[in-house]
Amino acid sequence: MSFFGMDCVRKKERELERKLRANDREYNLSFKYATNAIKTSKYNFFTFLPLNLFEQFQRIANAYFMFLLVLQVIPQISSLSWFTTVVPLVLVLSVTAAKDATDDINRHRSDNQVNNRKAEVLIDRKLRSEKWMNVQVGDIIKLENNQFVTADLLLLSSSEPLNLVYIETAELDGETNLKVKQALTVTGDLGDDIEKLADFNGEVRCEPPNNRLDRFTGTLTYAGQKYPLDNEKILLRGCTLRNTEWCFGLVLFGGPETKLMQNCGKSTFKRTSIDRLMNVLVLCIFGFLAIMYKMATKLPSLPSSHSGPYVIILNTVVPISLYVSVEIIRLGNSFYIDWDRKMYYARNDTPAEARTTTLNEELGQIKYVFSDKTGTLTQNIMTFNKCSINGKSYGEVYDYTGQRLEITEHTDTVDFSFNQLADPRFVFHDHALVEAVKLENPEVHAFFRLLALCHTVMAEEKKEGEIFYQAQSPDEGALVTAARNFGFVFRSRTPDSVSIMEMGKQCSYELLAILDFNNVRKRMSVIVRSPEGKLSLYCKDHLNEFAGEGLRTLVLAYKDLDEEYFNQWQQRHHEASTDLDDRESKLDQLYEEIEKDLLLLGATAIEDKLQDGVPQTIEQLSKADIKIWVLTGDKQETAENIGYSCNLLQEEMNEVFIVSGNSPEDVRQELRNARTSMKPDAVEDSVFLPERTLGKSVKVLTDEVVNGEYGLVINGHSLAYALEHSMELEFLRTACMCKAVICCRVTPLQKAQVVQLVKKYKQAVTLAIGDGANDVSMIKAAHIGVGISGQEGMQAVLSSDYSFAQFRFLQRLLLVHGRWSYLRMCKFLRYFFYKNFTFTFVHFWYAFFCGFSAQTVYDEWFITLYNLMYTALPVLGMSLFDQDVNDVWSFQHPQLYVPGQLNLYFSKKAFFKCALHSVYSSLVLFFIPYLAMCNTVRDDGKDVADYQSFALLTQTCLLFAVSIQLSFEMTYWTAVNTFFVLGSLAMYFAVTFTMYSNGMFLMLPSAFPFIGAARNSLNQPNVWLTILLTSILCVLPVVTYRFLLIQLCPTINDKVMFKVRQAKATPPPPTRRTRIRRTSSRRSGYAFSHAQGYGDLVTSGRFLRRPAVSRSSGFTHIGRTTTGFSPMGRSAGYSPTGRLQNAKVPDVEVTSLQMYRTIKDPAL
Amino acid sequence: MVKEEQELANRPDNTAFTQQRLPAWQPMLSAGIVIPGFVIIGLAFIGIGVALFVTSHSIQVLELDYTGVENTEPCYRCSDPSSKNCVCTLEFSIDSLFEGPVFFYYGLTNYFQNYRKYGASRDDNQLSGDLDYFKSPGNDCAPYQYNSNNKPIVPCGAIANSMFNDTFKLYQIIRGSKKLVPFDGKGIAWWTDYNIKYRNPSVTPLKNAFNDTVKPLFWSKPAYELDPTDPANNGFINQDFLVWMRRAALPDFRKLYRRITEGDYAKGLPAGNYSLEIAYNYPVMSFDGRKKVVLSNVSWMGGKNEFLGIAYLVIGSLCVVMSIVMLIVYAKFKFPEED
Repeated sequence: MSFFGMDCVRKKERELERKLRANDREYNLSFKYATNAIKTSKYNFFTFLPLNLFEQFQRIANAYFMFLLVLQVIPQISSLSWFTTVVPLVLVLSVTAAKDATDDINRHRSDNQVNNRKAEVLIDRKLRSEKWMNVQVGDIIKLENNQFVTADLLLLSSSEPLNLVYIETAELDGETNLKVKQALTVTGDLGDDIEKLADFNGEVRCEPPNNRLDRFTGTLTYAGQKYPLDNEKILLRGCTLRNTEWCFGLVLFGGPETKLMQNCGKSTFKRTSIDRLMNVLVLCIFGFLAIMYKMATKLPSLPSSHSGPYVIILNTVVPISLYVSVEIIRLGNSFYIDWDRKMYYARNDTPAEARTTTLNEELGQIKYVFSDKTGTLTQNIMTFNKCSINGKSYGEVYDYTGQRLEITEHTDTVDFSFNQLADPRFVFHDHALVEAVKLENPEVHAFFRLLALCHTVMAEEKKEGEIFYQAQSPDEGALVTAARNFGFVFRSRTPDSVSIMEMGKQCSYELLAILDFNNVRKRMSVIVRSPEGKLSLYCKDHLNEFAGEGLRTLVLAYKDLDEEYFNQWQQRHHEASTDLDDRESKLDQLYEEIEKDLLLLGATAIEDKLQDGVPQTIEQLSKADIKIWVLTGDKQETAENIGYSCNLLQEEMNEVFIVSGNSPEDVRQELRNARTSMKPDAVEDSVFLPERTLGKSVKVLTDEVVNGEYGLVINGHSLAYALEHSMELEFLRTACMCKAVICCRVTPLQKAQVVQLVKKYKQAVTLAIGDGANDVSMIKAAHIGVGISGQEGMQAVLSSDYSFAQFRFLQRLLLVHGRWSYLRMCKFLRYFFYKNFTFTFVHFWYAFFCGFSAQTVYDEWFITLYNLMYTALPVLGMSLFDQDVNDVWSFQHPQLYVPGQLNLYFSKKAFFKCALHSVYSSLVLFFIPYLAMCNTVRDDGKDVADYQSFALLTQTCLLFAVSIQLSFEMTYWTAVNTFFVLGSLAMYFAVTFTMYSNGMFLMLPSAFPFIGAARNSLNQPNVWLTILLTSILCVLPVVTYRFLLIQLCPTINDKVMFKVRQAKATPPPPTRRTRIRRTSSRRSGYAFSHAQGYGDLVTSGRFLRRPAVSRSSGFTHIGRTTTGFSPMGRSAGYSPTGRLQNAKVPDVEVTSLQMYRTIKDPAL
Repeated sequence: MVKEEQELANRPDNTAFTQQRLPAWQPMLSAGIVIPGFVIIGLAFIGIGVALFVTSHSIQVLELDYTGVENTEPCYRCSDPSSKNCVCTLEFSIDSLFEGPVFFYYGLTNYFQNYRKYGASRDDNQLSGDLDYFKSPGNDCAPYQYNSNNKPIVPCGAIANSMFNDTFKLYQIIRGSKKLVPFDGKGIAWWTDYNIKYRNPSVTPLKNAFNDTVKPLFWSKPAYELDPTDPANNGFINQDFLVWMRRAALPDFRKLYRRITEGDYAKGLPAGNYSLEIAYNYPVMSFDGRKKVVLSNVSWMGGKNEFLGIAYLVIGSLCVVMSIVMLIVYAKFKFPEED
């Protein structure tokens, strides 16, 4: 029930079509489109109080207290003064309000920051610097390199040839490669001529605002002509302009109507499972009181007016201070996260941040972690660091004994100073390769020549020697950069030539053909004529599965071509590409024919660099029985490789299932097969999930060999079927049996769907971690959202609950902070309920001896101060400082995390145990003083069995008993704890003696009627003997029980604590060698994210007639509108419907052809 | 250096508190602590228990129920509510010297002085001598706030109204003649009640302070005439009134009536026959209550209470037994040390 919802209601007439005219604000304003200002804040100055109070009273607890307050104001049934409730209630409300207010102020601040960014807007025929929020639909704005795109724009013109712009969409969909957008020629001709742009009066009609990132339809009418618009001409807010000096765009959607904002997902109010449990418990208690009330009114011996007061007396079971304390504890534990130096990343000065302060204990209960890949697990840096040339392998470093060395930051690097064009950021460690280059080894030269020639990278040389590459995929860029550093510098290209610098010598190769990459062939070739006139074909081929070894590399090969044969082939190629039917297979045949009998040059390996400590973290988390699912927009191969390199998938796994079916039946069958091979004896048609897979005990899980370990890799299009209602259970069952799950080519929406699926059917706590805008929906959907901060985009962080700079901090967040927070919160709740139940139940026993008159056992002041003063600080102290074992041991024994996942520390059962314990304690606390004081007198014969002395005695016994109980709960006594416990007891006596003193009575006789009670009874030995007996009797059974429990069936905590004791104080330095098999030669972190390049663009002069069939996803869009599923990004080559995915509207096809025609002009 | 520090502006402080490294004591319920602890506690409790038990055993108590439920009882005729100014006599004998000082209590059972509304029905302002509250007693006193003529009741409220008004005289029968045992009625209430909590208004004579007020409905005499023998023992600081006003915690209670500390009886009540003369005024039959008198002496632990001593003994022994059980369990099962 958010503000957004209300917005929606208000906006009754839905927009059916958007109409706008460039440079015509007046016309555009008539439609009342949203401006570019965004608003994520909830309140303003005036709405804050009413709205906030309204929200707060929706919480069960607050409403319950309000109800009690009303009861207490009625004098007939009031047994306690109204201020006992109103003071804490006001306190709670104002603390929460203050917190909400600061949160909202922060949101206002970030809104302001974004809204006040500057953009160059064309107003009154001049470019003016305007704030983002003042940009309106229909404005023309200018963007410069590396700027964020201000709003959803129609690209008009750009500084680059062909009106191309390069954008990075990582923020939006998590894909890391640059994408190309291209303006219409007619608008591209406007260039950066302000006059012309100001005269531009094109009219756009397009779809209304929606959240589909991959689709756009509309038309531009300009100068009497109609031009179709599609997604290729649209720049979306959230993207960043790269490698493009400037571009102009026309604002189509602003602010809340941009696709980015529409895609943000709904912010839901997150609450922890403990919160929900507490709500249930409060309701139960309330129901219990109601039943008591009913019963009491039925009892003939009791006047009905008696039950009302009892409801009030018994409300101390769930006092407001419970909620205050819970919030304080969470706040404290959140501060610990903010303060943790071990989660501080010095390189970009980013500390961890708990952005939400109400979810801490849930961090100790995570069962499923959903992680993004790019930017989260990996650094999004591709490095060339191994290759094999002519059978010799380069890239490893060996010491003089021939032992392979691990490459660290300190390993010395190869000096590329011989090459003035080298990229200084390129790092290589093996000197042998440079030597080979310098020795003019022909194979090595051919190898790098190939790398310099066979690609679709474009070069940009603004200044002599400063070359920038614009690569379609980062690994292609890495290869070309590697060639550049080893002396084969790619400098520039034209549609029919490639200029490279070969060891300082300028060469120009005539480019005869590019046989571009596609997903079926998984290879690309170029045919070039060398300056010497030799005709060669250079090919790089991705070996998908090499001899079953899972080697994933690019293999480089070449062959010299015969002039005659080539001419003839070219002729046939031309025919094939103009053929109208079956063009594709004919072309494929031709490619297949010429890419034969190649000579192998070598192989390259590109590493997708992992973030620091990722494999260790994943190993730790899986030891803690946390299941990790990687949801990535990346291709299957890449994702799988990363899965291996970060230890998620392991060689030792019994099997890694791959689900990539293209139809519902296939997918279902694949899932079934996977499940039967994991559990052959499983009942096939048990429709409902075994209620939990958590049923396994800790011991069974450590014995992993017996259970077997499996992995599951599922493709985006298969996932779309798997997530359908009929199959989601099938999918979930299979996936949950696996130790690791990787979903590739997943859209942001699917990420959220997967999370929601797990949330729906598993009673488990989920955590989603990601860094980009494409992770926002998942972060919002999961119980806990974590954002990787310190990078450029802030979308993920802004919607996250916790943020830090490195994935590896996750283990500290969960295994240390989360575990402690959960432990502390549960200890707090158990103890708090214990102390308050005990407190309250004594009233209950007393009721039998005071005619059910709702006479309180204790002094009214004691009732007021019990929770606020006498017992508040000790339990808070415990909940802020307690730790069973310190962080080092927590890391050494990740199994300590498991009890949290199983909800062992606080559940209904634990609550019931608390209540039973309280019943016992309250029996002791009432009947021991009762029997001890019954008919007895002071040592001077005077009264000591009077009500006031009895009240004082019981409350003193109670306080001692709960304090001693607390000291048994506490496992970590700091000086502060000692001070709090002893201080509270001292405070009790000080306050009691003060309130029972003559002076206080004389000031306000009716408020302090207990005058003298303390002096007259606490000087009696039998009173103190009673206190001693009661306190000891309360805790003795507990100590006995716990001692026997530790001896007979110790928990994991007991074992570790015992170990710690043995290890004495500081544990031995964790010499734990991480047994990470990263050096495994076969499954290394070598990724392959190659995708179809700009081949047809750069060579468009030649392959003009070839229609843009199955081009890279940057251009193609497929969709299954019926289910709302829309695989995005690099999904080329797959189609869930089994149809050819290039389902473009015909007239758009025409324009793209037109476009190619225009670039035939050799201006390139 | 300065630059570096600036760059790390966000680095959290490295203190024991923020890094959760505060030095702490981490106790554990290990056998080395628990088992000896139990033995020590057990032995200490047994010691205390023996002392308490012996002490309690030495205290003499004599209880006499005089309600008169059965028609064989001497006060049976007085228990009829219609009888006025009824006096009955109870005979009893003491076998051996009842050691002094002897305290004379009256006791009531099934009497809920701890009833919430009953307990609240008083006005502490009035009782501390504030004349403003003489004219308008607090609302808590209702329905004993004003009488039917709307005159304020002083002292108001249910507690004062229900003040116990049986009186007792104790005689020792020496060779057929009755010898009055002198009662000491001073100092039977708490010092704080007598001196601080309850005060008469500073009006002399005291009677004037009560002008335009009425006595509680149940009372036969107004507050300023409670003790005709001692003018200082009247009004709100009358000892019997103070004792009554300190309401009991439990429905069975006893309240100090007099001490026997004077004359021949300073050493105690000698063995022999005694006769108790009761002015029977206080009705208890309507709520099935009982009235009794109790003669008792006291010790350092107060009045006779067997419970405390026995409880200490039982729990002390249980502790010792449990320590043995734990020792066996520990020796047999021990802590599984393997990982």
